[in-house]
Amino acid sequence: MRPSLPLFPEQASSFASEVDALYFFLVALTAFFSVLIGGLVVFFAIKYRRRKNSPPAVIEAEGIALELTWSIIPLIISLFIFVWGASLYFKGSRPPDDAAEVYAVGKQWMWKIQHMEGRREINELHVPVGRAVKLKMTSEDVIHSFFVPAFRTKADVLPGRYTTVWFKPEKAGAYHLFCAEYCGTKHSGMIGYVYAMEPNDYQNWLVGGTAEGTLAQRGEKLFQDLACTNCHKAEGTGRGPALAGIFGTRIQLEGGAKVLVDEEYIRESALNPTAKVALGYQPVMPTFQGLMTEEGLLSLIEYIKSIGPRKPSDAKSQK
Amino acid sequence: MITAPISVPEREHYLNASYGLKSWLLTKDHKRIALLYLATITFFFFLGGLFAVMIRLELLTPEGDMVQSETYNKLFTMHGVNMVFFFLLPAIPAVLGNFLVPLMIGARDLAFPKLNLASWYIFTIGGLFTLYALLSGGVDTGWTFYTPYSTTYSNSFVIATAVGIFIAGFSSILTGLNFIVTIHRMRAPGLTWFRLPLFIWSHYAASLIMVLGTPVIAVTILLLAAERAFHIGIFDPALGGDPVLFQHLFWFYSHPAVYIMILPAMAVISELVAASARKRVYGYEFVAYASVAIAVFGFLVWGHHMFVSGQSVYAGLVFSVLSYLVAVPSAVKVFNWTATLHKGSIALETPMLYTFGFIGLFTIGGMTGLFLAALGLDVHVHDTYFVVAHFHYVMVGGTIMAYLGGLHYWWPKMTGRMYPEILAKLAALTVFIGFNLTFFPQFILGYLGMPRRYHAYPEEFQVLNVMSTAGASVLAVGYLLPMCYFIWSLRYGKVAADNPWGAVGLEWQTLSPPPVENFDEIPTVTHEAYDYVSLPNGSVTPKKEAHVR
Repeated sequence: MRPSLPLFPEQASSFASEVDALYFFLVALTAFFSVLIGGLVVFFAIKYRRRKNSPPAVIEAEGIALELTWSIIPLIISLFIFVWGASLYFKGSRPPDDAAEVYAVGKQWMWKIQHMEGRREINELHVPVGRAVKLKMTSEDVIHSFFVPAFRTKADVLPGRYTTVWFKPEKAGAYHLFCAEYCGTKHSGMIGYVYAMEPNDYQNWLVGGTAEGTLAQRGEKLFQDLACTNCHKAEGTGRGPALAGIFGTRIQLEGGAKVLVDEEYIRESALNPTAKVALGYQPVMPTFQGLMTEEGLLSLIEYIKSIGPRKPSDAKSQK
Repeated sequence: MITAPISVPEREHYLNASYGLKSWLLTKDHKRIALLYLATITFFFFLGGLFAVMIRLELLTPEGDMVQSETYNKLFTMHGVNMVFFFLLPAIPAVLGNFLVPLMIGARDLAFPKLNLASWYIFTIGGLFTLYALLSGGVDTGWTFYTPYSTTYSNSFVIATAVGIFIAGFSSILTGLNFIVTIHRMRAPGLTWFRLPLFIWSHYAASLIMVLGTPVIAVTILLLAAERAFHIGIFDPALGGDPVLFQHLFWFYSHPAVYIMILPAMAVISELVAASARKRVYGYEFVAYASVAIAVFGFLVWGHHMFVSGQSVYAGLVFSVLSYLVAVPSAVKVFNWTATLHKGSIALETPMLYTFGFIGLFTIGGMTGLFLAALGLDVHVHDTYFVVAHFHYVMVGGTIMAYLGGLHYWWPKMTGRMYPEILAKLAALTVFIGFNLTFFPQFILGYLGMPRRYHAYPEEFQVLNVMSTAGASVLAVGYLLPMCYFIWSLRYGKVAADNPWGAVGLEWQTLSPPPVENFDEIPTVTHEAYDYVSLPNGSVTPKKEAHVR
């Protein structure tokens, strides 16, 4: 093994060069001010060092102008950096509508990935080059954080809610996937690789291993296994509302409020059904807490999404 | 009064006024209490340092081969807990602040001497709890105690450690309270607010944070303990709680806590710059107000620790812009210190070397804070070694440099002895080189993407980690040297003059070491702080009789 001394991470996503531009600007700014301050301190220390017979210190008149100058200039520079950083952050928080969706579940100490088309993987994530990919993530236990340095992207993965991260790989290759939020004993073992593949290779990979069917099909099976259909009848005559086409709509609740049917609401309705009951129904649904894994829940959500017209507003789920 | 024979140069001062363990453990003298704190926090510093050495040794190789993961996680947790709560937070206020606040304002003691002693006991009891947790098996949550890991999943001594921090927090609150009352009520005649040394201004600002912020961490710890012990759902979503709520509460205190560490450090630097340059600190009022501004704004930026936590994008924007605002008063201070040196008469003794070190390292530490406050960039560097490097530049490069500089500067006043100058300069240089070698590579590591709290890491990160570990061993030598020669100087050091630096502060107008009640006669202040023009020899009351030595 020969020692290597990398100074800079690979650029493999559309964010990478934009984040790096801000980084380089700040490196230059830091270098400038450090050299300026450091240089002045050393220069003054040598020039005005106390010697025998050296003159006493000279007290200059203090003007408010100088104080204002070195308050306002840093303020302007700071606000400039703020705007720059904020615009990148905004971009990172808005996945494009056509992004491919992938689900990820973090648990001590592994990443479990489910693709819409049915493939599942652990500590590996295959994505196509040139297409935006949106990850919907949750955790089974503690807080984790999905971090791919080559993509310059990161988002915490929390138990009990869904967070989203998106990126657009631009270069084929294998890149480190790290857990960045300390999650216990084997935190540093909760690592893997993201494989960015050329679109054709990706398609081939995607179809190789769909014996279990698509994610929505798995969700449908779970829906039936758990006997959800007994109440959520398709015709809407059951004790629970019909679910076809419900995703992405706003429904009326008992008590007058309205709620957007998104991933969070479906999750809550499965685990804590009486929290927000749809108007016209009794709070009779039992909780499915403990009967479904986080992955099962995601497949169920995907199934409910699939049985109705898909709305673009499903990007809403990140708060 | 007994007239001592000339040949015996022993006079009564706070160190020899009484002897025996009891005279120390029951003392109400702020100067003795400062020394009690000095001993206690030095212990915790070297304990925390020992953990750091083990962390750095483990990270010499990419594989986790020296200790097991559980042990490594406990090492970095105990390093953080020890250093933050039992060294950095009390370091300057409890040692230098305790010793100097009454002396600098011409008071005989703090306003509540018994409370001051109680603060030390409370602090020590808190420390013992943490030591108990450590000896029983340690704690592995990281010093940040993020939920639900800390409340539900960790199998380590979370509650014992948290209780230790909870208890020590009261010591911080009481010290802050004591300082605030003392500064308001006990200033010598003529010592108006704008004649106060900047040391006092900064300590006043830090005290405000101690009093207002610490209760929040106390509440947070209680909630954490309630969830862990009684399964009351507060933070764990499985119990109906919200894990991000913990982060809000934790950082609402722990971000201002950074300013409890850095404001007193800035306090020391203002004194050292003025005394070394024999000049009034340039822009005195601006530096004074900057301290207060930092304390106030410091309470409004906690969310910048949570840009990737899942909090709303708009919250992120607000916290980011406020973080940039708090950077401005810090920058103002650095510019004013630098301007103070201009046309000064600069003495290049050890305290000044530490001051240069502080200005340089704090500038880099502060500037890299701008990287972290930039939302889009923070997404990449958050929770990586970039953050580790940044806060070590601020806390270690800032606070510890100032602490050591201050300790050298006031050592003659505290002990009546001089430290060995050449050795001390060598140590200062060693610390500076060792520090940079340890932490600069970590900026690069962080940008490369190495996450913090990793026991094992991909091998392409090894070279930079080896550099960092090499630097840590140099840094360790730099920290051990002062401890050795300070102890040596107690017996063998040159006897210090009352005012070895020719400085104008009131603390230099009394004897070295000071008498039990600080001043034979409470001085009347007629000049502003750092008035080296009217008082060229550093003597406020030039005609005062010299004491019998």
